Amino acid sequence: MTQRIKFYQTGTLTVGNRLLDAENRSVQSTIDRSNSLTSGHRACQGCGEALGARYVVDTAMREADKKLVAVNATGCLEVFSTPYPESSWQVAWMHSLFGNAPAVATGVAAALRAKGREDIKVLAQGGDGGTVDIGFGCLSGMFERNDDVLYVCYDNEAYMNTGVQRSGQTPPTARTATTPTSGGSKGNVFGQGKNAPQIAMAHDIPYVATATVADLHDLENKVTKAMGLSGARYIHVSVPCPLGWGSQPCDTVRLARLATETGLFPLFEAEHGAVTNATKIRRKVPIEEYLRPQRRFAHLFKPKPDVEALAAIQAIADRNILKYGLLG
Amino acid sequence: MLRQMEGSHAVAEAIALCRPEVICAYPITPQTHIVERLSELVQEGEIGNCQYINVESEFAALSVAIGASAAGARAYTATSSQGLLFMTEAVYNASGLGLPIVMTIGNRAIGAPINIWNDHSDSMALRDAGWIQLYAETNQDAVDLHIQAFRLAEQLSVPVMVCEDGFILTHAYERVDMPDLNQVQAYLPPFEPVQILDPADPVTIGAMVGPEAFAEVRYLAHHKHLQAVEVIPQLASEFAKIFGRDSGGLIQQYRSEDAETVIVALGSVVGTIRDVVDEMRDDGVSIGAVKVISFRPFPMLALRAALENAKRVIVVEKAFADGLGGIAVNSVRMALRGLTTPIYTIIAGLGGRAITKASLLRAFGEATRDELDDPHFLDLNWTVIDHELARAKEKRRSGPIAENVLRDLGLVGGKPV
Repeated sequence: MTQRIKFYQTGTLTVGNRLLDAENRSVQSTIDRSNSLTSGHRACQGCGEALGARYVVDTAMREADKKLVAVNATGCLEVFSTPYPESSWQVAWMHSLFGNAPAVATGVAAALRAKGREDIKVLAQGGDGGTVDIGFGCLSGMFERNDDVLYVCYDNEAYMNTGVQRSGQTPPTARTATTPTSGGSKGNVFGQGKNAPQIAMAHDIPYVATATVADLHDLENKVTKAMGLSGARYIHVSVPCPLGWGSQPCDTVRLARLATETGLFPLFEAEHGAVTNATKIRRKVPIEEYLRPQRRFAHLFKPKPDVEALAAIQAIADRNILKYGLLG
Repeated sequence: MLRQMEGSHAVAEAIALCRPEVICAYPITPQTHIVERLSELVQEGEIGNCQYINVESEFAALSVAIGASAAGARAYTATSSQGLLFMTEAVYNASGLGLPIVMTIGNRAIGAPINIWNDHSDSMALRDAGWIQLYAETNQDAVDLHIQAFRLAEQLSVPVMVCEDGFILTHAYERVDMPDLNQVQAYLPPFEPVQILDPADPVTIGAMVGPEAFAEVRYLAHHKHLQAVEVIPQLASEFAKIFGRDSGGLIQQYRSEDAETVIVALGSVVGTIRDVVDEMRDDGVSIGAVKVISFRPFPMLALRAALENAKRVIVVEKAFADGLGGIAVNSVRMALRGLTTPIYTIIAGLGGRAITKASLLRAFGEATRDELDDPHFLDLNWTVIDHELARAKEKRRSGPIAENVLRDLGLVGGKPV
């Protein structure tokens, strides 16, 4: 979305629909919407991944004129959508393993090329564990070969499907089942973890973007842009997880927005390794506003505020704001 | 056409004749020459619109093949040893998904200690991963079995490994009767998948299956292997009609019909065994051999019929289970259950140790006199073993074996210890 919106409805951060031009307005979905991840699946209430995937796949379907094959890594999205004998997928969909979704997608794309069916597009998707940890070798291979695949990572910052264990995307201080806060420990440590979008950019692939479920138009626009390109493309979507984050299901979208507004999850696009666009934040939200509603960070506030840790997290947010020029 | 060529190149050209649509390649000795030659053939336009993908690991190689096969393409890859183990998860997945991928195994030992030479530890480790496993004795076998493998895989929706001994076959130059494209096309129709990732008719592939149906799915996979026992000989006889050559099938007998002692083996060592059988026959010993071509499915009835009149059976194999003995021998015992035939196991050729006629002659001789220990490890250097055992006996915690042996020889860290 290139239009700079300056007008906000009073008391909210939501852009008034009437103030947008017609193509950017939120409208009732049409009967043409593919509903590729259809209703009735078994995601938790307030699941950010289900929301994100629904918009990603429907947008990809629209852009591909419904000629789409989706490949899924093992994880929540796969499990909640295909419990025997049901499937929520109204799209040609395949799940193979936890760590091989990018390679399977490469195989699908290769088969389509061999058959002269490049009109069919390939989407691969997985959670943060399947993408940045166990699937990272395959993902990097898919990137460096510039295979014609759009890979979308739904990042909920831990292994939620197996019961909330630390991943390479788990933020510092977060409590998970394997980074406990018992015995004086402060949860996940500082100085670890990887920046998957930056690593994707280092492959010089045609398109890398970050997005959240707080701004679905932005997510749709990025998927649309990615689908208009060929080669390896990567979108990293922040998807809050009420179960793993210890947040209210009704707060999923709010937390996704706060992640961005604090600077902890910067929204940007990059082409061939260079950032081309970063979404400005309206006002810098202190990180406490984002952390406090999440029980995984409760130990930062009780029994007394962990001033040092909070300052260190604020410093991460500030560095992002500076790095991507998010203010102003 | 008769040609003198390297085994790997013969296999690569046979694969090319099978018109694969996606080939994924990751280098590992000793299969590398196969995918190298295939890359040339693809580049030279010899395999139509075939896509050749250089991947970043064996795990990715088979995963790419899985995606390609699910999207309806005839898919092929090759690997060996550590590579096969590295893709293990995908090996099971491919058979679980019923994808008719064909994969060459250039059989090689598994480390540690690292060893690039031939034995069967790799494919034997994955004998029960739901794949059909065919073992080649010669490069002609390897060529013919690959052509049959695609037919078999696609008919049954089961992936097939064609196992050929690393170096002994892959790097050996010998005469091969290379089929022509017309013959292969007459035998192997284009791949028509039963199920495909098609946006026009979307399916969900690889969904979760819980306790309510998992056992049935697994039983039906078992049943497919039982079907394969029927189909493999049929495909071999069809092959013979078109190519004019007996090749494939479940087992092959060599002078074993009336033999008192019957050797059972897989792969290239059968060639040596044939020579030993001939020499012993010349000396009046009633001996023969049975080559097991299809190890999975295991040819229970055919093998039982071939062995039930034998006075003793000797299984020669290139892999074993620590603390137990042979692996193939267990399946042979299963085939002979209820009979009291003595069965010996000879573990030979580990990590590329040459299996000589002289050694086999000696061991077979001892077995025919019922003097062979079981399992018998062929040609062990007992000086090294006794020395290490004696040393270990003096220490309560004896430590790793390979380094101890090397340390004994004064080779650890390049300096005397």
